[in-house]
Amino acid sequence: MIRSEVLKSLIPVISDQFVVCNIGLPSQELHMLDDQPTNFYMLGTMGLSSSIGLGLALAQKQKIIAIDGDGSVLTNLGTLPTIANNVADNYILLIIDNGSYGSTGDQPTYAGKKTSLAKVAEACGCDNVIECKAEDTAQVMKDALASDRMTVIVCKCRSGNIPVPNITMDQVVIRDRFMKTLAAANG
Amino acid sequence: MSINKQIVTDMVNNGISFITTVPCKQLGGVIEEAENHPEIMHVPCNKEDEGMGLCAGAFMGGKRSAIIMQNTALGVTANALATLIQFYHIPLPMLISYRGELGEPVACQVEMALHTKALLAQMLIPTYHFHKREDAKELDKILKYTFMCNKPVAILTDATFWKGE
Repeated sequence: MIRSEVLKSLIPVISDQFVVCNIGLPSQELHMLDDQPTNFYMLGTMGLSSSIGLGLALAQKQKIIAIDGDGSVLTNLGTLPTIANNVADNYILLIIDNGSYGSTGDQPTYAGKKTSLAKVAEACGCDNVIECKAEDTAQVMKDALASDRMTVIVCKCRSGNIPVPNITMDQVVIRDRFMKTLAAANG
Repeated sequence: MSINKQIVTDMVNNGISFITTVPCKQLGGVIEEAENHPEIMHVPCNKEDEGMGLCAGAFMGGKRSAIIMQNTALGVTANALATLIQFYHIPLPMLISYRGELGEPVACQVEMALHTKALLAQMLIPTYHFHKREDAKELDKILKYTFMCNKPVAILTDATFWKGE
């Protein structure tokens, strides 16, 4: 499975969840597959999906799923100790690890070579790290949502991209509808 | 009231309840004050652009946020400021120690001090400079301005200000 297939398999599980999605193709794919006001698309700022997600989880009660990539986590590796040391049990970080910088042409990342992001996350102090095969991701996500425990999921998948349109929605609209939906959920 | 307490009190009075920090010698007292304040969630970050991600998330989650950092951090946060904080219209007070000014003992700090105001001006970031203790009286208005206009706003605090000279 490639990333877009993983995202497609996740839609029934995450469609009604609050999701922060990584810059580039992951956001474009999620937007094309299942645009929801509960999705926050990052149109820029490589590396900060996990940080935005953690800030969201710490600030309120709804569950927050941050979808990130191996390249983006490597860019912001300092995020993992911050996550480990500020436990939010309403937070799930899903790292879709295809071993490549997908949005820029599938150049290889070190996560596809010797570096294990699951082991890095564990070494940083994350208590609940699950590495899974691409085809198991939806079930692992379902279990993580049911567990009420902060979870880091590292989904190992193949690299590869499908053609997807750019997101043309205004960024302030993306932010505003996300915030309003979240505020309504929190009552 | 100590200057550290006054700054944190102004922040709390303006609804700020989430603060992320990267330490600087000059900021030690104010960071400690934030850490100990019962109404503030203090989440130290490892790098200031990461901190801006945390602040953006906390703001979207309903908590007004602020970052406390050194001016050298402007070198690593330009992209996060432009493509996250400014692009999505997120208010972000940045309490910044303005290293490299009068009283600076470390020569290398001067190099980023020379770029600090130019970088902020280039990025169209409203900038205030606290040099004398009485300058801090404007903090309340600066914070109100920040949350009115939904922009990042820089508050530069130099060594003379912290020494209370």
